[in-house]
Amino acid sequence: MSNTLAPRPVPGTVDADRVTWWPWLRHALVLSGRSVTKMMRHPEQFFDVTLQPALFLVIFVYVLGGAISGNTHDYLQFVLPGIMIQTVLFSTVSIGVNLSTDIKEGVFDRFRSLPIPRSAPLVGATIAECLRYGITIVVSLAMGVLMGFRTSTSPVSVLLGMLMVLAFAWCLCWVSIWLGMIVREAGSVQGLGFLALFPLTFGSSMFASADTMPGWLQTWVKINPVTHLTDAVRGLLTGGPVAEDATIAALTSAVILAVFAPLAVRAYRRKA
Amino acid sequence: MASTVVVMTNHAIHAEGLTKRFGETLALDGVDLSVPHGTVLGVLGPNGAGKTTAVRILATLLQPDAGSATVAGHDVLREPDAVRRAIGLTGQYAAVDEQLTGRENLVLVGRLLDLTRAAAARRAEELLEQFGLTEAADRRTRTYSGGMRRRLDLAASLVGRPEVIYLDEPTTGLDPSKREDMWDVVRELTLQGTTVLLTTQYLEEADALADAISVFDRGRVIAHGTPDELKAIVGGRTLRVRPADPVDLADVTALLARVVGREPEVLKGHASVPVEDSAALAAVVAGLDARGIDVTELALELPDLDEVFFTLTGRNESHEMENVR
Ligand SMILES: Nc1ncnc2c1ncn2[C@@H]1O[C@H](COP(=O)(O)OP(=O)(O)OP(=O)(O)O)[C@@H](O)[C@H]1O
Ligand SMILES: [Mg+2]
Repeated sequence: MSNTLAPRPVPGTVDADRVTWWPWLRHALVLSGRSVTKMMRHPEQFFDVTLQPALFLVIFVYVLGGAISGNTHDYLQFVLPGIMIQTVLFSTVSIGVNLSTDIKEGVFDRFRSLPIPRSAPLVGATIAECLRYGITIVVSLAMGVLMGFRTSTSPVSVLLGMLMVLAFAWCLCWVSIWLGMIVREAGSVQGLGFLALFPLTFGSSMFASADTMPGWLQTWVKINPVTHLTDAVRGLLTGGPVAEDATIAALTSAVILAVFAPLAVRAYRRKA
Repeated sequence: MASTVVVMTNHAIHAEGLTKRFGETLALDGVDLSVPHGTVLGVLGPNGAGKTTAVRILATLLQPDAGSATVAGHDVLREPDAVRRAIGLTGQYAAVDEQLTGRENLVLVGRLLDLTRAAAARRAEELLEQFGLTEAADRRTRTYSGGMRRRLDLAASLVGRPEVIYLDEPTTGLDPSKREDMWDVVRELTLQGTTVLLTTQYLEEADALADAISVFDRGRVIAHGTPDELKAIVGGRTLRVRPADPVDLADVTALLARVVGREPEVLKGHASVPVEDSAALAAVVAGLDARGIDVTELALELPDLDEVFFTLTGRNESHEMENVR
């Protein structure tokens, strides 16, 4: 570096004031802090992730549970992993809407003029999403436990089940981001997302076992990745075979990530 | 490469032939700019002249369709990160996060500039104090007034102590006292050796702050020079006097005519006359005093942008009144 260009020596700023490790990840982490702060300033967005599992548990367990399983407790044991997954998957829709309104904020001009990767705010937002999904998962499980749900496996296995849901949701959130970036009206992402999630969640083994369904529906339910995720998590929480379903669910989420993350980042960089 | 070296040592900002088109609009049509280290360039132009577009290109927010630019010795297209490390941008619209507090905004910028948590907090505190925002520091910026938001925005662009700073219409929408404050900040920056590119719609502001002025019109630089050179082209100042009592207007007119040696223009209760230097002001004040005439307005004014443009372009409508954004 030539001397004439060296930044002016600045009183009070020494090299010790600068952090240099892994700038890319650090910038994303700093920006995830911004997303988390904003999340905490809008606690109302936690109402739906709290109320939704509570409401669905009441409806499914107390209204339908007796009819489906003969008694409500058995049905609760069956349906809780499903309701947990459903709540988290539906909560992935909002990141697409949020990011596409966020990049219109004035502060993005600030980010663009700073020496950080253009996708740092995006990566930061997805890191903050993990916290939101984590809270959603814990709340759903806690609701279930309050109503009498009991795990019958080891704590490690339960934790693995929860992590699996989180990882799946994180991969799926890239689809939402991509939609948010390519759809003109942010509001329509919500509609599109919900439309896609209904067949994925209700058309799975979440609420009833596939054997009871007509053949054409069974075909769909059996290829639906959410079925495999649900069955794997069910196994991890209440016992039963896990390996095959877990592998299929992991592979599908990896494929979703590999396809949609690059698409989302590209669309984002074009827009942000 | 040899020529680049020369540019690097002489000029903090150097741009050649910048061209940018938005659909049908040619926002920049071959703009050349040069700003020596530690000086202030005033970019003067009406709405839609291309000022913001030029600033955004020099700040690496936009890419030009043609032309090249170096900032602090780095090419804006090939080394955008090095340019970003050297610049601070205060855009026309405040680039602050409305949902964060003033302090959080500044700390965020510090952290993104790789300052440690402690250093970022210290720098934020310093800047909050310097810009009179200490009291509002922990309030969300959504609740800030326009002036406070602008000051915070400027503070945010100074976190990294940039060697080049862009100020895009920093005083538009500020009341006169706040405008003076902003001018003081700019003067302070130049004292510290910072290079400033400032856009404005007021000749007066460019005159007060800039070492050189480039006048933009429809994406071109139509005039460039020192404030004095420019004023010599567009005409000097106008002395305007408004007596408190309209019956004194005839006396005032006579006084002005005698002191300046030119017939003043009388309009709506005030008399005004072009003057060559500010010595006339003192003579007029003394004359008013001797006659015991009270005045409500006594001003030495530069021509406004409309007049500048009329002189430079011969066109009457300098303001195309375009709605930007
Ligand atoms: N993103 C954009 N898309 C389309 N047209 C644009 C865009 N940005 C600027 N323009 C057009 O380019 C021209 C120059 O705009 P610019 O914002 O650079 O002017 P300006 O001198 O900053 O004006 P003002 O004083 O109103 O801020 C205008 O005609 C404007 O409408
Ligand atoms: Mg502008």
